[in-house]
Amino acid sequence: MSAVLVSGLRKNFGATRALDGLDLRVETGEVHGFLGPNGAGKTTTIRILLGLQRADGGTATLLGGDPWRNAVDLHRRIAYVPGDVNLWPNLTGGEAIDLLGRLRGGLNSERRAELIERFDLDPRKKGRAYSKGNRQKVALIAALASDVELLILDEPTSGLDPLMEVVFQDYIRQAKEAGKTVLLSSHILAQVEKLCDRISIIRLGKVVQSGTLAEMRHLTRTTIEADTATPVTGLADLPGVHHVEATDQRIRFAVDGAHLDEAIKALSRFGIRSLTSQPPTLEELMLRHYGDELRANGVDEQVSA
Amino acid sequence: MSTTTATRPAATRVSGRTRPLAGTGTLLRFNLRQDRIRLPLWIGGIALVQISGPSSYEGIYPGAAERQEQATVVGDNPAMKALTGPGHGLDDYTYGAMMTNEYLGFMVIAVALMSVFMVVRHTRTEEETGRAELVRAGVVGRYAQLTAAVLAAALANLVLGLLIAAGMAGQGIESIDWTGSLLFGAAYAAVGLFFAGVAAVTAQITEHARAASGMAGALIGVAYAIRAAGDMADSGLSWLSPIGWAQATAAYVDDNWWPLGLAAMVTAALVATAFALSDRRDIGAGLRDGRGGAATATPFLGTPAGFAWRLHRASVVWWGIAVFAFGFMYGSVIQVIEDYADNDVVQQMIEQIGGASITESWLSMIISILAIVCTIFAVIAALRPRREETSGRAEPVLATALSRTRWVATHLGIALGGGAVVLLLSGLGLGLGAVAATGDAGYLGQVVGATLGYAPALWLTTALAVAVFGLVPRAAGLSWALLVYAMLIVYLGGLLDLPGWMFNLSPYTHIPAMPADSFTALPLVILTAIAAALIAIGLAGFRRRDLEAT
Repeated sequence: MSAVLVSGLRKNFGATRALDGLDLRVETGEVHGFLGPNGAGKTTTIRILLGLQRADGGTATLLGGDPWRNAVDLHRRIAYVPGDVNLWPNLTGGEAIDLLGRLRGGLNSERRAELIERFDLDPRKKGRAYSKGNRQKVALIAALASDVELLILDEPTSGLDPLMEVVFQDYIRQAKEAGKTVLLSSHILAQVEKLCDRISIIRLGKVVQSGTLAEMRHLTRTTIEADTATPVTGLADLPGVHHVEATDQRIRFAVDGAHLDEAIKALSRFGIRSLTSQPPTLEELMLRHYGDELRANGVDEQVSA
Repeated sequence: MSTTTATRPAATRVSGRTRPLAGTGTLLRFNLRQDRIRLPLWIGGIALVQISGPSSYEGIYPGAAERQEQATVVGDNPAMKALTGPGHGLDDYTYGAMMTNEYLGFMVIAVALMSVFMVVRHTRTEEETGRAELVRAGVVGRYAQLTAAVLAAALANLVLGLLIAAGMAGQGIESIDWTGSLLFGAAYAAVGLFFAGVAAVTAQITEHARAASGMAGALIGVAYAIRAAGDMADSGLSWLSPIGWAQATAAYVDDNWWPLGLAAMVTAALVATAFALSDRRDIGAGLRDGRGGAATATPFLGTPAGFAWRLHRASVVWWGIAVFAFGFMYGSVIQVIEDYADNDVVQQMIEQIGGASITESWLSMIISILAIVCTIFAVIAALRPRREETSGRAEPVLATALSRTRWVATHLGIALGGGAVVLLLSGLGLGLGAVAATGDAGYLGQVVGATLGYAPALWLTTALAVAVFGLVPRAAGLSWALLVYAMLIVYLGGLLDLPGWMFNLSPYTHIPAMPADSFTALPLVILTAIAAALIAIGLAGFRRRDLEAT
């Protein structure tokens, strides 16, 4: 059963079209990456899933319920971390954690203590004294200390330092092991690559691609760098080979997954001394979807890809 | 990290001099540049209103006879004294005396506000936004920012004072000479400087610019209230107020410079205090809230009602104290009103009003004003959900198992219930003040009952705010319009001879003006029913609409 099932979701803000027929499916027990640039519609989708905003069209089902009509009951089973956490200036971080946890229906105090220690948060400070990262920790701790089925995290670590990012990833893996479902919106690609079983890429209010990372990589290019005994010639004429940069005995190029075999065979005739291959990164996956946007802004794909 | 400033290792001193004022000149120019549009508007606006005063009075009171008539109006009536001044030069009520007595006490509030906003803007606002840190990292001494802010305010007040002096004297109106005008302008500047000093201190105490301006602003109110009470009862209390000092110069009448010396000394002490306090704190920190708070929430805080109470608690307490004091102050001068009522002319006036004694009429008016003031608290509380929404704090809360209706209801409960409590406290203050002044215990029940009678009007105004919040959240600020309108009706309604429907638009008009009028229940029931309907509409609207994104 799907934890989140969205189809044809539409939402307009005045003349601006925020969601334009968005489809999204998050299976129970998976960590699902929700990727896209600012303004693509990630946060709007999440707000609709939380019943904070109402869709203009399409359907959304969350844990088997209607996110708008069954909001309060569903919220007992969901924990949410907003992208921009704003705390009450006169409440301490510890108070805010307890407050959010209890309003949701209670939190695990042992787990709360452990999380506070692992995330290195001073819970005695007033909300106004926290930095952006610390405010996010407060919301994260409140979410992770709750026993819920679904975690909805909207760019939850944009203010955290790399050490805390590692702690965060630990807890997301734990949540997955415990059978929880996670919807993680992000534009930190490395994070999504490490954590997510499946990803959906959203652009201009639509999901343009959805699947496992392996499925998506199949669709894209591997980057090859090699040192050869003799200078490589003629490689650029092969089908599926792009962006060839050659200097004497060193060559770098990108090749489509379907043509990898031919390209390596051709390369091997020049005497390979060293070879590194990089699987396509999410950056490249993303660039495929935003390439036309970049071109529209006068950036040549050859340069940026 | 509030404990690191106590010792400063010698090794960090490169030149051997700490140069605490380094960069002050640059910062001063920067501050003035930042204010290059705002400040001329403030100064120009205040000066214009003041300078146009004498010529407009020439039109209203063309001769000595008319002026002398006005002197009896402002001189004999305690309520007028509370509004204007102690009554210098009433024997020979020249245009100059009129300016000192009727303009100065009120106009200096604007100068005080200008100074407070200016100092806070260049000190605490800069720190709160983190910009001060960037500046302080440059070649800038520890005291430079505070010094530059105070100097900028001093300069603004000096310019304003000179402008007023020149503008007043330059008109060549009889009795408005250069000596008096210079003193008159200096009195303006003295009050402005005093409150610049106050703001310099409050900006050290709290971490937040709004709280710093709020505290200083409250002190302006206190200064005005003290002089109003002092002038009304002619009790010397006015000497505790800087506005009282400005009026004590009696410019154009006696031309006393020495009260301004007093003002200068206290101002210097305030500024020195601000500098001393600034040494005791870190940049960005306040003197308060340095300690850590609770690491866990109390069980009560975890409930929706406890949560709402926590957000409103301080506001309820401070409003309660403030309106009690405000009421007490008005109640304690009731004796003066009674004495005034012995006057024959006044007795005739009372007969015209119809039955009620002047004390009762006066109490009724004060009670309606107190009710409107208490409603400010209730509307602020009712609009708190809107502030939570726009600041993004509502989002994580409404993503929990707390329903929208319950969430708004908890805040509304405090607005309506807390509003009634604040109203009760204002009535208690007024009643107890009257009892203390007259020894007549009968006032207490009478006044408290009359004050509580206004609860339905308070509820209706609050309910309107909820309806606007639910239906057209972006227009939530419009909720204030009704309150402002009601205030105008109370203050100006009688003077302007407005048509009846304009009176009827204000819910406060429909409350029986006890103790002058007798009690009738029907209007209270109707107002409460309208309030309930508006609340239902507001809640239904909020359940149906999108939570607005930040």
